[in-house]
Amino acid sequence: MLEKAFKGGQKYWSLLLGLLVLSGIGFACFMLQLNQGLRITGMSRDVSWGFYIAQFTFLVGVAASAVMVVLPYYLHHVKEFGRITILGEFLAVSAVTMCLLFIVVDLGQPMRLLNVLLHPTPNSILFWDMVVLNGYLFLNAVIGWTVLSAERKEMPPPTWVKPLIYVSIPWAVSIHTVTAFLYAGLPGRHFWLTAIMAARFLASAFASGPSLLILLCFLIRKRTNFDPGQSAIDKLSKIVTYAMITSVFFLLLEIFTAFYSKIPGHMHGFIYQFTGYEGHAELVPFMWLSVILSVTALILLIPPQFRSNEKLLKIACLTVFFGLYLEKGVGLVVTGFIPNVFDKVTPYVPTVPELAITVGVWATGFLIMAVLYKVAIGVKEEIRA
Amino acid sequence: MEKDRREFLKIGGISVLGLSALPVFEALAQEKGPRYKPDPKALKGTQWAMIVDMKKCWEQQDKRQCKDCILACHKIHNVPEIPDPKREIKWLWMEEYKHAFPDQAHEYAPEKVKENPFMLLCNHCTNPPCVRVCPTKATFKRTQDGIVMMDFHRCIGCRYCMAGCPYGARSFNWGDPRPYLKPEDINMTYPTRRKGVVEKCTFCYERIDEGLQPACVEACKVKALIFGDVTDPKSEVRKILSGHYSLRRKIELGTGPNVYYLI
Repeated sequence: MLEKAFKGGQKYWSLLLGLLVLSGIGFACFMLQLNQGLRITGMSRDVSWGFYIAQFTFLVGVAASAVMVVLPYYLHHVKEFGRITILGEFLAVSAVTMCLLFIVVDLGQPMRLLNVLLHPTPNSILFWDMVVLNGYLFLNAVIGWTVLSAERKEMPPPTWVKPLIYVSIPWAVSIHTVTAFLYAGLPGRHFWLTAIMAARFLASAFASGPSLLILLCFLIRKRTNFDPGQSAIDKLSKIVTYAMITSVFFLLLEIFTAFYSKIPGHMHGFIYQFTGYEGHAELVPFMWLSVILSVTALILLIPPQFRSNEKLLKIACLTVFFGLYLEKGVGLVVTGFIPNVFDKVTPYVPTVPELAITVGVWATGFLIMAVLYKVAIGVKEEIRA
Repeated sequence: MEKDRREFLKIGGISVLGLSALPVFEALAQEKGPRYKPDPKALKGTQWAMIVDMKKCWEQQDKRQCKDCILACHKIHNVPEIPDPKREIKWLWMEEYKHAFPDQAHEYAPEKVKENPFMLLCNHCTNPPCVRVCPTKATFKRTQDGIVMMDFHRCIGCRYCMAGCPYGARSFNWGDPRPYLKPEDINMTYPTRRKGVVEKCTFCYERIDEGLQPACVEACKVKALIFGDVTDPKSEVRKILSGHYSLRRKIELGTGPNVYYLI
């Protein structure tokens, strides 16, 4: 099946080449980082996790969102999703790969990575995150590939894959729950220490992931002979709508608890994000942009006549994706460290090599996605022909 | 061709089996029992703790800007002096009252308390979050005496412990620390670190195991630092704690810090 990835037009090859160049630049910067240490990043002893871990956190959500097409199709027989489950699964594969790469580039001693297996530590949430992320990658790669091969031969998928599919559904929930637990169980980091962190993560994941999937469906419909189907897009847009409402609602719950209780530790993070704290306001423009994007998204999504309009839906999906990206992939991780445990502020701004490595990892993920999607769409076109 | 492949798979399979069995054999072949004896002079305790008598400390700070304990600690443990505050390595350091105790500091406290720095170090918590989060057991609580230990050679540099520690007691080597050490000052009996690993105060386990007091305690000329077993009612630390009101940092988090402050 992989041979389909080698047959493509000029646009396909230019896309791959472009992504390859970006990941090459990222890799070169990673070599620099290996040589110099993480001092080439903007992180510090006070803000000890930065852009890498934030991207990882956001992308776990994108990965988990595959369940939003898999669950309705396999548990509720929503036929419309049958055509696009493969797109969800391959999106998950590339997103989880990015997550794992972001963890690796964040390590001070990446060559000691296997110590996590050599000295397994069940009391560490990071150990469990390693388990669930690798498991999820394995599940989606195997399920996606097997079901697609069967589809190509116009046969029902082998029976052994069914249990794997059923396991993959709670597994998707687990990856984002465990990732939320990384943060939600730390004493002294008030911004993260909230019981609804996992729920917030899942809600935002089920909005951002499917909105990306809708955009990809539109792109595929325009560029290839495969039509993911209007009804699948309509159903996905409903999922995005409800998930986005839930996500914003959960955030408002946090804000209520912080500002009605008036407990300083709970308020400081939000104050830093939205008005600046002790003269530091690095995140303020980004967080307000996130608010504007999220509100726009809700206005465009909630009335059915807006969301069924293709142009408006595309804008809505972009605003959902970038609004939540700013909230989780930019704001959430850094704010946990500001103010720090001494109630002091050390601002964090990523450096150029740090951004180049970040772009490199994203490019690698999209490269994997482009190849996998090429295969999937090739198979779909072949069956139709 | 077919036969070659089968042959290859057979040999490959046996090799893999052999390799995976090797560690099992090694484990079985190992001798039981300790491979070294503890030093009979070693200090013994169930949970080491430290008292910092700030009154005595401040007198010395006023008199001669005393930093004896920090200098002794950092010299003996090859702690580099990195000028950039964002990349600093700190084992034992000074911090203002409102930053050391952000949850209880108030503006009407005595001037003396507000203006003079406190000595901070790892609290060697009874219930340490850093140990709970470490994915490789590179940081662990020593069972016999409760020291929160740090294995620089196992640490993968994920910095989860730094997120977990509510006391800012952990430092990461953002770059190679060795250029910041003077070669002639390096203590050859204690490891230097490489880039990409976390480090912190280890209550001088290496000295305790030889019957010595921690380096900072030994260096303090006015006995402002008192070290001992907090579970032993007859110990000096317990006598002092029962006679004076003491403070600990962020006790509401339940970590059980074992460094006490007298004001």
